[in-house]
Amino acid sequence: MSKNRIQLMLCGGTGCHSTGSKKFEKALQQELEAKGLAEEIKIVETGCNGFCAVGPVMLVQPEGIFYQKLKVEDVPYLVEEHFLKGRPVKKFFFVEQKNKATIPHMNDIPFFSNQVYRAMRNKGVIDPEVIDEYIAREGYFGAAKALNEMTPEQVVEQIKISQLRGRGGAGFPTGMKWAFAAASPGEEKYVLCNADEGDPGAFMDRSILESDPHAVLEGMIIAARAINARQGYIYCRTEYQLAIRRLDIAIRQAKEYGLLGENILGSGFSFNIDIYQGAGAFVCGEETALMRSIEGKRGMPRPRPPFPAHKGLWDKPTILNNVETLANIPQIIIKGGAWYASIGTEKSKGTKVFALSGDVNNIGLVEVPMGLPIRKLIYDIGGGIPGGKKFKAVQLGGPSGGCIPEHKLDTPIDYEEITKVGAIMGSGGAIVMDENTCMVDMARFFMDFIQDESCGKCTPCREGTRRMLELLEKICHGEGQDGDIQSLEALAEVIGQSALCGLGQTAANPVLSTLRFFREEYETHIKEKVCPAKRCVALLKFEVNPEMCKKCGLCFKACPSEAIAWKKKEVAVIDKSKCVKCMSCFDKCKFDAIF
Amino acid sequence: MNKPNIIVINGQEYLFTPGETILTVARRNNVDIPTLCHMKNATPTGACRMCVVEVQGARSLMAACTVPAGPNMVVRTESELIAKARRMIIELMLTSGNHEDCLVCPATGDCRLQELAYKYQIKAGRFPKTKSRYDLEAVNPFIIRNFSKCLACGRCVQACNEVQVNTAIDFGYRGARTKIITKGDRTLKDSDCVFCGECIQVCPVGALIPKDAYKKARICDTKSVRSTCTYCGVGCQVNLHVKNNEVQHITGRGDAAPNFGSLCVKGRFGFDFIAAKERLKTPLIKENGAFREASWDEAIGLVAERLSAIKAKHGADSLGVLTSARISNEENYVVQKFARAVLKTNNVDHCARL
Repeated sequence: MSKNRIQLMLCGGTGCHSTGSKKFEKALQQELEAKGLAEEIKIVETGCNGFCAVGPVMLVQPEGIFYQKLKVEDVPYLVEEHFLKGRPVKKFFFVEQKNKATIPHMNDIPFFSNQVYRAMRNKGVIDPEVIDEYIAREGYFGAAKALNEMTPEQVVEQIKISQLRGRGGAGFPTGMKWAFAAASPGEEKYVLCNADEGDPGAFMDRSILESDPHAVLEGMIIAARAINARQGYIYCRTEYQLAIRRLDIAIRQAKEYGLLGENILGSGFSFNIDIYQGAGAFVCGEETALMRSIEGKRGMPRPRPPFPAHKGLWDKPTILNNVETLANIPQIIIKGGAWYASIGTEKSKGTKVFALSGDVNNIGLVEVPMGLPIRKLIYDIGGGIPGGKKFKAVQLGGPSGGCIPEHKLDTPIDYEEITKVGAIMGSGGAIVMDENTCMVDMARFFMDFIQDESCGKCTPCREGTRRMLELLEKICHGEGQDGDIQSLEALAEVIGQSALCGLGQTAANPVLSTLRFFREEYETHIKEKVCPAKRCVALLKFEVNPEMCKKCGLCFKACPSEAIAWKKKEVAVIDKSKCVKCMSCFDKCKFDAIF
Repeated sequence: MNKPNIIVINGQEYLFTPGETILTVARRNNVDIPTLCHMKNATPTGACRMCVVEVQGARSLMAACTVPAGPNMVVRTESELIAKARRMIIELMLTSGNHEDCLVCPATGDCRLQELAYKYQIKAGRFPKTKSRYDLEAVNPFIIRNFSKCLACGRCVQACNEVQVNTAIDFGYRGARTKIITKGDRTLKDSDCVFCGECIQVCPVGALIPKDAYKKARICDTKSVRSTCTYCGVGCQVNLHVKNNEVQHITGRGDAAPNFGSLCVKGRFGFDFIAAKERLKTPLIKENGAFREASWDEAIGLVAERLSAIKAKHGADSLGVLTSARISNEENYVVQKFARAVLKTNNVDHCARL
């Protein structure tokens, strides 16, 4: 490897790809060559940096300068100023929302400085397509230790000591899962990686696979050692093409280096990994459905017991771990379970990765220590709510989860504590909602999702969620009646009690949780036919309140169908015959004058 | 690990064999747990959730048909919560599709949903009636698929895939759009279906019915007569459902060897010959180009006479005997004995070899 004066860690995650990092990289490379800098400055395309909201992003090393929102046309200026004259360009620095201060160094930006990296320790630091860079960061040291210095029992013991719990959402103790599978009789066993991330607003697994695929492979090798498996599969949704490509490269490289395949590191232990691409059914993230899908059957959950640790893939003992869980494993083996358990709460140890999205300033991927109050996640790391709006709730755990309102924001990130307030830890999707969000509409959205994705096998989920969706749609359309809330609750109870799989049993959670904290919103919809957040189109009149209207004309400019009449210093008037109810005027009006 | 194999159901202790489900133990001891999708001879799927029970320590209700009995497991089969769940499940089934026309449904009286709705006294009404997304399919000679009555319980899928092993149907689509489909969602006649009708027999409601069901008496209005299928030597045990001395339907007898309920397309659907007008009831002898009725003695006498004459004139090997699968092994044996010992020829063959 040649020595470089500067390394430019350019984010190559899906988020930055979509904001133009590839084009930027090409232009930057050309400019560096033109200026004769290509020898001393190297561009490294890393995996997801995490700060997706301000992409494309780039970290200048070794200075640690963080650039955001880079554009192709800025390339000559950037190269001239920073890389020739040595003057970092303020224009691309991160700007704090609160006091508009610019922050040049990545480590000083609150979004990064409040995080603790374990599962994502290599994100933005290495080139995920070069195995040497992973190895340089203690990569495969854990696998080597597990294979050559530890017995399978010792491996399981360390995982147990670490108190690592399944990061897919349910939080089952990983060490216990491995111990069951290890004790299960049978020659043929399997290690599966669940990369079928399907929750709306979740992209943790994708980012980890894109930025550090070897960590997941290494985690699987260690798991295979623990239960004595010979074959592993990564079940990855087919939409994650970049992740799959990088996994493919990683598997090939690991095999070339003797780190995967026959006789790994001369230990006599053999283990192979194949990728299985899921066709996009949400339910295939459920373990028994996932296994059926790998078997080539329709992805449908089957009753448990028998549990996969006894009868899993092809009826053989199987362990299934989530991407994030597996990414934590190598470090636990290298540093010991006690090191991992040194942070966190009593029952939730280590860190958790969250995909922050929705109405929050710093949308992106973050890893925080367990026990951190959710408020800090949203305000310190997430930078609060944009546009000076008020926070309303954060939805954790996607369609199986629940929302956490303002007065519960000091709940620590902890499996049990989050469950107590009616949400779940989930796989890490955190959708922040501001005051303009209608909670009934939000519940309707998730119910629509669940009804669409229900496998259709058991009656409560197939028919029950359909009825719940009908009721929610009715309420959002202003046709709600007395008793609808009771019907929702009755359905929710039966679905939760009697559905076949975890997805069904938790399907009603978004409704139950919004009913718990925002019941009055449901009642206002039903009794007054009013949507307090002004989101339910059917409940809006599309009229201008002359008293509130400041005659600014923003609504007039925003209307795509020329339905609004407005002249300077006059109140706007909406012509209902032309209005297409697109909500553009609502979104633009700063004075709440349209109702 | 020498825990005694005892499970407590409703306060009573019962012995069980490891691997048995709660439902099996309960049924053996006459504890009633209602089921709908559960079916003998197939892996329990736990789909309909009618059989939910309370298991002490479990987070939610458990399906008795799938959960194995465990040592010291404490189970309740009736409680307020269980009743609530079962009643809601029945209500959900009743409102999914068209279950309001029992008066004109061929399955009436032989309908599990009807029984359950009656038992729990459930009326549809809280939820709006929903039309089926899929049209009735009747483009084959044997089976009508009425999707507006389908509960997606999956019994037909189990019957097709695990009992008959034809793998012609499976679940398709998702959510409330769930439909039992053939490969590529084609009609049955363009699929791998062999029309054995196993699916009709296991359908708990009127979603799968014989093509001519509307012209025949309902099963509940017929008298069941045990018989043996006449089509081949297997000797499947059947129930003839008879009304007005006419067979209306044939179903397999679930409790008897060799078929334990299964039948083939001929055995199940091919019985119109019984009452066919063209059916021969006496032997016919052809004279001067026309048939006339004759007695068995006369007919057999004529056959014997002609066989003897041919044998005398052209030799024994000018004769041959062809037997049929519709008679039993013993009868086939007698026929070849007749060929070899009486006719003195080895020219013996059987339709199954052709």
